[in-house]
Amino acid sequence: MTASFLRRVRVAEIEPVASRIKRFRLVSTDGRPLSEFSGGSHITVCMQSPDRLIRNPYSLMGSPTDPSSYQISVLKVDDSRGGSHFMHDRVEVGTELQISEPLNLFPPAKLARKHILVAGGIGITPFMSMMSELDALGADFELHYGVRSLGEGAYCRLLQTHYGSRIHVYAQDNGELVPLERVLGSQPLGAHVYVCGPKPMIDWALRTATLAGWPDENIHSEQFAAPPAGKPFAVKLARSEREITVGGHQSILEALEQEGIDAPFLCRGGACGQCETGVSACDGYIEHNDHYLTDAEKASGKKIMICMSRISGDSITLDL
Amino acid sequence: MVLAFKQETFRDDFTFSNSPESIRRFPFPFHEDKYMYAVNIEPHVLGPKGSVYEFPIDIDEHYVSEMRDRELVLAADPGRCQALPHMMTAQWDMLELLMTSMAHDYPEHFTLTRDGDRWHWINRPLGIDQKFTFGDHKTLPYEPMEYIGRQCQGDFSIQDQRDGQLYMDAGLITTQADWSLDFDIGMNFFEWHGPVPLAHEKGVFERALKFLLNLQVGRPVRRLNWTMTINSRLDTSPENYHKWGIDRTTVTPENVGDKVHLRVELQGLWRLPRSNAILFSIRCYLIKMRELVTVPKWGRRLPRVLETLPPEIADYKGLSRYRQMTIDWLKTYDDGAPTSPGFGPD
Repeated sequence: MTASFLRRVRVAEIEPVASRIKRFRLVSTDGRPLSEFSGGSHITVCMQSPDRLIRNPYSLMGSPTDPSSYQISVLKVDDSRGGSHFMHDRVEVGTELQISEPLNLFPPAKLARKHILVAGGIGITPFMSMMSELDALGADFELHYGVRSLGEGAYCRLLQTHYGSRIHVYAQDNGELVPLERVLGSQPLGAHVYVCGPKPMIDWALRTATLAGWPDENIHSEQFAAPPAGKPFAVKLARSEREITVGGHQSILEALEQEGIDAPFLCRGGACGQCETGVSACDGYIEHNDHYLTDAEKASGKKIMICMSRISGDSITLDL
Repeated sequence: MVLAFKQETFRDDFTFSNSPESIRRFPFPFHEDKYMYAVNIEPHVLGPKGSVYEFPIDIDEHYVSEMRDRELVLAADPGRCQALPHMMTAQWDMLELLMTSMAHDYPEHFTLTRDGDRWHWINRPLGIDQKFTFGDHKTLPYEPMEYIGRQCQGDFSIQDQRDGQLYMDAGLITTQADWSLDFDIGMNFFEWHGPVPLAHEKGVFERALKFLLNLQVGRPVRRLNWTMTINSRLDTSPENYHKWGIDRTTVTPENVGDKVHLRVELQGLWRLPRSNAILFSIRCYLIKMRELVTVPKWGRRLPRVLETLPPEIADYKGLSRYRQMTIDWLKTYDDGAPTSPGFGPD
């Protein structure tokens, strides 16, 4: 992806939807209508903060059949690396932003007999468009949505009004948790389960599904995690014979971009595989934070996904 | 652009031929004097005026006659058009892509008027005027893929994306170079590429699949593929092998110029927005050897390329029986002069 493929949009509406969540409605300003998209798609929003370019992925929440505008929801997080604070504090109605075309790494399986959607907190967002699509297709689905409290959960009432008894909300402050073992224990053959939420919740859900005997092909998850922080280190670029420093709160990809070096990327979440990069030497230990490389590839130390992974050590030499 | 559509046949008396303009714009697939296996995928961006890349979907002088040939194939064998039930959204995606593109780039020939989901399509060359409701296939005489596929040059298959794989779950295939939709439908990317020689060992298909799984909306890619065909027959399908396979034995040194055709497929790959499926368009261009040598560079280059073709590839493409005869004929047009780099005529 390079800048020429970005779309220009304007923020047409901002609505607080829960205590730390705002919904943004974006409309095209480059004279072309926005693309239709499929349920589960996300876009990458580019934000020019004073000191650096931030690019964060956000799920598209509106109805896929209505591309007159795109809607995203942004949770303000305390350990933000800048993106969510930028969206909450600096973006106003009328602000212009650049976005990527939609990409779908979390599509519903079209052949599933039934779809079990499991959301935690802001992880509800990809399911908004997915449910709209499934509903239009007349597909069988149910949502199990865990929130800290009803005040912090976005769209609970809207979803219940729209989809009725297919929506199950569990408020943690009422002592309610998603009864996943029970939910997964009584589904028809051919059902698929989809999980989106914080990492511990995804890990728990995947483990629960596996223990309940669900085949891997029927379990899907998506997580938008920021690249984990660490200590600064050096990156040597073997082909261009350059050396750059990756800051403690930066990814390798971000450090490259800051230096004006073009590297391939798409999802920026370690899922799509686009930024796979060869490692020719590593003076340290690679911390693989992606969901793309196989365990064997990770163990080989010959490949790294530069959007998410870093090293603990002094330097790494990349085939760039 | 106003096109003059030719009346010609791709069977029986084979009256197909290219006009001089059509020869000049032929997508000649060799950029150097030797054969090199390459996946050669590039962005499907717009090319020079008059070229086959000028518009995303290319319509040319053979349009009306090719559509008539497709009608004959489908009437004889409805199995050439199949779509599994979960592909209906993708079918509408395809219809939208083709109608909007054709109407935008060939306004003299096609008009699309949209009022919400009430659409009005006019196809002047084929005399079609159709009002329908987008999303409701009962308002069209065929399902959307077949409806628009009967009005657009090129074969089409639609791949569903799931579990990190692509599955050929729909298609309209009537002008194929010896492969069968009826056989391949439901197969995954590795399965339907099974017969291709040499490429599996090089890991070509793993890399290509990885690339395609990340294909983005609005950023189609393309590649050229080629083979050779005896007579200007579009329908060289396995289903009809008994009709055309024997043609390969009819090539003589006297008739090479008219009988042997270079067959080039402009293959496009498009991410479809609503369905997240991938549309594969296979647009076939034919050129007779006698037409090809009117471009001196191509006349010099093609025999040199054919001489360097590995035997496995020649067998796979079905050329072995008449390759040498074709080279010998073409050689009379090769004065040994050097050729310029690149595909196009000098």
